[in-house]
Amino acid sequence: MQATSTRFKQNAREALDDPQLQQALTKMKAGFVERRARARADLPEFDALRDQARDIKNHTIEHLDLYLERFEANVTANGGHVHWARNAAEARERIQEICRSVGARTVTKGKSMISEEIALNDALEEDGLEVVETDLGEYIIQLRREAPSHIIAPAIHVLKEQVADDFRLHHVQFDKARPLNEPRELISEARQVLRRKYLESDVGITGANFLIAETGTSVIVTNEGNGDLTQTLPKIHVVIASLEKVVPTLDDAAAILRVLARSATGQEFTAYTTFSTGPRREGDPDGPEAYHVILLDNGRSAMLGTEFQDMLRCIRCGACMNHCPVYGAVGGHAYGWVYPGPMGAVLTPSFIGVDQGGQLPNASTFCGRCESVCPMHIPLPKMMRHYRAREYEQGLAPPATRFGLDIWGFVATKPRLYRLATRLAVGLLGRLGRARGRLAKLPLADGWTRHRDLPAPEGRTFQDRWDAMGGAR
Amino acid sequence: MSGARDQIMGQVRRALGRAEGTDDARARDAVDARLKEPPRGLIPARVRGREAEELGRLFMEKALAANCTCATVDSLEAVPDAIAEYLASENLPATVRTGDHPDLAAIPFDRRPVLTVSRGPSDGGDAVSLSTAFVGAAETGTLALVSGPGTPTTLNFLPETEIVLLRRSRIVGPYEDIWTHLRARNAEAGSMPRAVNLITGPSRTGDIEQKIELGAHGPLRLHILILDDL
Ligand code: SF4
Repeated sequence: MQATSTRFKQNAREALDDPQLQQALTKMKAGFVERRARARADLPEFDALRDQARDIKNHTIEHLDLYLERFEANVTANGGHVHWARNAAEARERIQEICRSVGARTVTKGKSMISEEIALNDALEEDGLEVVETDLGEYIIQLRREAPSHIIAPAIHVLKEQVADDFRLHHVQFDKARPLNEPRELISEARQVLRRKYLESDVGITGANFLIAETGTSVIVTNEGNGDLTQTLPKIHVVIASLEKVVPTLDDAAAILRVLARSATGQEFTAYTTFSTGPRREGDPDGPEAYHVILLDNGRSAMLGTEFQDMLRCIRCGACMNHCPVYGAVGGHAYGWVYPGPMGAVLTPSFIGVDQGGQLPNASTFCGRCESVCPMHIPLPKMMRHYRAREYEQGLAPPATRFGLDIWGFVATKPRLYRLATRLAVGLLGRLGRARGRLAKLPLADGWTRHRDLPAPEGRTFQDRWDAMGGAR
Repeated sequence: MSGARDQIMGQVRRALGRAEGTDDARARDAVDARLKEPPRGLIPARVRGREAEELGRLFMEKALAANCTCATVDSLEAVPDAIAEYLASENLPATVRTGDHPDLAAIPFDRRPVLTVSRGPSDGGDAVSLSTAFVGAAETGTLALVSGPGTPTTLNFLPETEIVLLRRSRIVGPYEDIWTHLRARNAEAGSMPRAVNLITGPSRTGDIEQKIELGAHGPLRLHILILDDL
């Protein structure tokens, strides 16, 4: 997928002016936040489990080479194949080779963000394959030729009326006058259409939420059961997973699963959590005949040992974006690449470079909610600050920002001047906003005031108040 | 391709300070120890040190909360009647696709001739399936089913109605106890089953405007028959 992250500002402006998107985002926000809060309240150990989950991943990352070795050995011992891929192109080639080797015509896919990351569908379609996304949300956006706008709810930006229009356009086999007003009707129709695809498919491709070193197992978590049909029915099951998905043991996977669903959808547990180990055994009446795992690096190993290493703990639950005021205002597409929200603001520059994704770490108010809800305690704001610094150092920040920061830097390093300037500004703003306590418009701050008010300062500067309180005691 | 592996591993090792030739015995020992005797994590109080009766009650409560229905039977002989009644109450056809796991094979279906029973994996044409659970975890009302000659995986996903038989003696508390049973099974079988399905309620989706609807791709109904064998 062609990244448009450098155009974040413009993307965001368009998103704010899109009434349908704004309607969809309003529906989204309350749901996720409330459900997570309820799930957390129902499990007194939730916060202790988060600490434990963080520790498990830290231990794993510190021994990543050794656990990957064991994972590989155990996949092979169970009759599966592991393919290592340094980058997106290598991963695509391995999968294309596998599909060609069996003369595949139809490929079904479970939801996988990594498949988006490596732009797999385009590559397979170029090979003449029919590629069918089976997760309902992914299927909807595939029909619309759009990218996912949320990592666990890819079609969250689409209203049901739009889905109905898409279905009428693409499912020409059905009566034109059929009712498609209710979600139930849309889901039944999708179920019927996709059933055929599962049964016809030659290769099933899924992602993995975890890889288990102890047993050589890949794990997928779904609510629909689409991933299971995708991987059970075709002759070949291909798993595409990145290095950091590995955990040591079944117990470690269970421990992290306890915080995953609760953080993601607010469920206690997802409907289907499936542990796959190798191909069909002798005597098994069903299941794939071959099992392949593509182990993708694509920028992960380069994060090891840097200030971004903690990001490798991410379990892609989406809690950070569900609670992010910026994501809530502009949605996922504005971020311009595969991973939106706070996690995307860190991953995008890591994977496609600061020049491409360096704008995203600016899409934050540093309110800290992402870090406070992250089940893996990832210090997202701190990492975004690192990237802001890099962006500035590399001279990639836009001229206006540089000019502003340079002035601020000049003033802030001269205490007397700083006091005078802030006192003047605060006094002025305070007078301007006296009536409502808020400012609806402000020269030079149009970007802020266009879609929300700026709270007016009340009276004096921090430094003046500090002095009045007796200063540094 | 081995080039890719070596390069990735090399970069990981360097970043972790374990470049070629450094002594990584301590790290290896830590990894071996964890894999050999997996440490048990924090077990939630709701299932810590509970008696079988309490676990049975919690299992049902959680399964119902996950949109399952439950019934109890006191013997395998009672299963055909229980299934026939359930299917009639839901207005479903009296046909069942099942496997030949010993428990499933021992059910005397001939006592209830109105039920049409066939055996083997599903090809998508079956309305109702009957499987048997490996264990059930009370923590969240979760069934664990394993693939094998007598327990086809397709029965868990293709039919619109799934019935699962669960022995009360196999209801455990936390997920970790599923692994205890699984590791014992694996030691005997020599390897993991191809698939272990942890199932908590019927299939669902919230992909259309976040409204939860059941029966997305997998079963619309999940009915659990708890066999009182304690
Ligand atoms: S950064 Fe944390 S909250 Fe965000 S997706 Fe990853 S694990 Fe979830």
